[in-house]
Amino acid sequence: MDHFPTNWGRPNYNTFDAHATYPLHVHPQPSSSADGVQHTQQPIVTGTSVLALKYKDGIMLAADNLASYGSLARFKGVQRLQAVGDYTIIGASGDMADFQYLQYILDNLIISEEINPQDGHKLGPSEVHEYLSQLLYARRSRMNPLWNSVLVGGFRDGQRFLAYVDLLGTTYKASTLATGYGAYIAQPLLRKAVEGKEDTLTEDEARKIMEDCLRVLFYRDARSINQYQIATISAAGASISGSLKLETSWGFAEGIRGYGGQTQ
Amino acid sequence: MQQLKSGEVNLGTSIMAVQFDGGVVVGADSRTTTGSYIANRVTDKLTYVHDRIYCCRSGSAADTQAVADAIHRSLQQYTQVYEGTPTVHTAATYFENVCYNNKDNLSAGIIVAGWDKEVGPSVYNIPLGGGLFRQPWAIGGSGSTYVYGYCDATYREGWGRDETVEFVKNTLSLAMARDGSSGGVIRMVVIQEDGVERLFVPGNELPKFWEGLEVLGKASAQPPVVPMAVEPL
Amino acid sequence: MTSIGTGYDLSASTYSPDGRIFQVEYANKAVENSGTAIGLRVKDGIVLAVEKLVHSKLLVPGANRRISTVDRHVGLTTAGLLADGRHITGQARKEAQVFRQWHRTPATLKIIADRLGAYIQMYTLYSSVRPFGVSTIVGGVDKTGPGLYVVEPSGVYYGYHGAAIGKGRQLAKNELEKLNLTELSTREAVFEAARIIYLVHDDAKEKEFELEMSWIGDETNGLHVPVPKDLHDEAEQRAKDALENFE
Repeated sequence: MDHFPTNWGRPNYNTFDAHATYPLHVHPQPSSSADGVQHTQQPIVTGTSVLALKYKDGIMLAADNLASYGSLARFKGVQRLQAVGDYTIIGASGDMADFQYLQYILDNLIISEEINPQDGHKLGPSEVHEYLSQLLYARRSRMNPLWNSVLVGGFRDGQRFLAYVDLLGTTYKASTLATGYGAYIAQPLLRKAVEGKEDTLTEDEARKIMEDCLRVLFYRDARSINQYQIATISAAGASISGSLKLETSWGFAEGIRGYGGQTQ
Repeated sequence: MQQLKSGEVNLGTSIMAVQFDGGVVVGADSRTTTGSYIANRVTDKLTYVHDRIYCCRSGSAADTQAVADAIHRSLQQYTQVYEGTPTVHTAATYFENVCYNNKDNLSAGIIVAGWDKEVGPSVYNIPLGGGLFRQPWAIGGSGSTYVYGYCDATYREGWGRDETVEFVKNTLSLAMARDGSSGGVIRMVVIQEDGVERLFVPGNELPKFWEGLEVLGKASAQPPVVPMAVEPL
Repeated sequence: MTSIGTGYDLSASTYSPDGRIFQVEYANKAVENSGTAIGLRVKDGIVLAVEKLVHSKLLVPGANRRISTVDRHVGLTTAGLLADGRHITGQARKEAQVFRQWHRTPATLKIIADRLGAYIQMYTLYSSVRPFGVSTIVGGVDKTGPGLYVVEPSGVYYGYHGAAIGKGRQLAKNELEKLNLTELSTREAVFEAARIIYLVHDDAKEKEFELEMSWIGDETNGLHVPVPKDLHDEAEQRAKDALENFE
């Protein structure tokens, strides 16, 4: 009879430890394969860019609703923005299965750190960002990364927060951020539109900037669609819009003929 | 995500599931291949996991059978422990957990569909690397890539049972006609509150679409090639 | 106490000749000496209330709560040994989390009660462990509606419309039976709960106590939270008034 309740229901390790020299709780883990293990080498179902900027009242994030499967636009109604606690919204690009796992982990975090203790200590965006960076770095160090780039936006105690973290655990902060293709295409546009105006941009102006960037991305990113969501986090709290359609223009192309000298 | 191991049996496959007002229709072709050899031409890829929940399997036959068996067992345990039938979401979550946690060792693309008391009919897609996506209709397997456009153009909300069955039959037939790894017969299962019904379309009675045969015959302007005469000995 | 000196009460792993396990019965004694805790299962939610006995004036008012949250939609309170109650709370949280891990959906109250029951029963089987000296009220709202259960030191659990454990349970049960619980709103139930706690409190034996209440229902958006201060104070005032009229 094993008199230690913590051992009940667990496999016993008599083979390794016939004389029970191991202390309570501690069991030797059978060592993993000597040949080494290979983990995730590529994302499968992916989301493309996430954009975010600072504006007068807080942080705005945007992402389209597509989850691609290689070049196949496979799932067209996927939400890639998610509120975490009362002060934070995250947006994820990269592997969508890993993002769903992150959402599950963060939900548990909120339950164990806010819901259960009910001590009034809430997680702010900087805590969420730090937690994510430690988690993602730990996973890459185990050679089994969570294949995402994540933007963390937040507003708490009158302070705006906007930071980046990716599958390697890399982090940085800026007043405009973009992941994936957006880092190449939207980031320069965002910088030009936002830098120096963080404290004066209105929500409507910020929304217009986002839409312009998403439109360019839709024109130039082959893994994007013209259906997106915008989220804001401000003193008023977190809010994520419903699915919106991008207006695009193609009319200018009607008169184009050939690729050089051709005129008709 | 593992490539198929060498010599592994592949469910090349066209599978789909569509929800309608009172239930879901799941369907699949019946071809199983090892390389280009058809190992089984009358496979049943529609797998019972609970009384009102079925899954469609694509990817490695060995992997998906093992996973489906494991989840079948889990759902039986569920009914005993919780004294009630599991929801489709529960079944799909079980599948997702296994597919996500073992993504490095599995090649399994699974569609889970069925009917439950809480939400009625529902369809969930669990693609290769894990992840859980609810959809009104889902297609999967190698054949599905040829018929996304057809499904987008044809699917309508508010269909009844019969229209949905026709949709599944036509879609699978088109996929099977273009995908070398799909073929054989069409098997379908209609799942509703009051029962489960099996439907079968034999390979020689598939819905027919444009097949190009006549055009090929008429369009040949060249004189027919005359085989070389063989001198009698 | 016919059990004393017989030798059959030294271990939970020994039956008495008439088939009783005295250690479990003693555990119930620990519960009976505790401050009263009640739970009301009403139309749209649950109210939990406890008579938190304050053994020292040096304790910070409002601290050392006896009602805890186990998941967004589940509240829990125990009567009996405080330390055992904390352990049970921790275990309940673990059970809720493990269910979420497998099902990616919140557990029903029945499932949490069932798993707590199984856990507590384990401690009635072995000579090396002591049965828990607590009864546990778990309440909340899940997909099936409001649910309220009491898990006893033996591991048995029952579902209730109204539950009472601890010192004042008998009187509290009498009061609960008079209520039309299925018709009450959660807000109305808060007032009844406060009234009952004040009613059953024995002023002669225990001087100081704090009323601690939590609720979950339509008004709380499906979250188990402490009753807000203004409502708490109003309920407490009404309870005091009712007591004066009663006496």
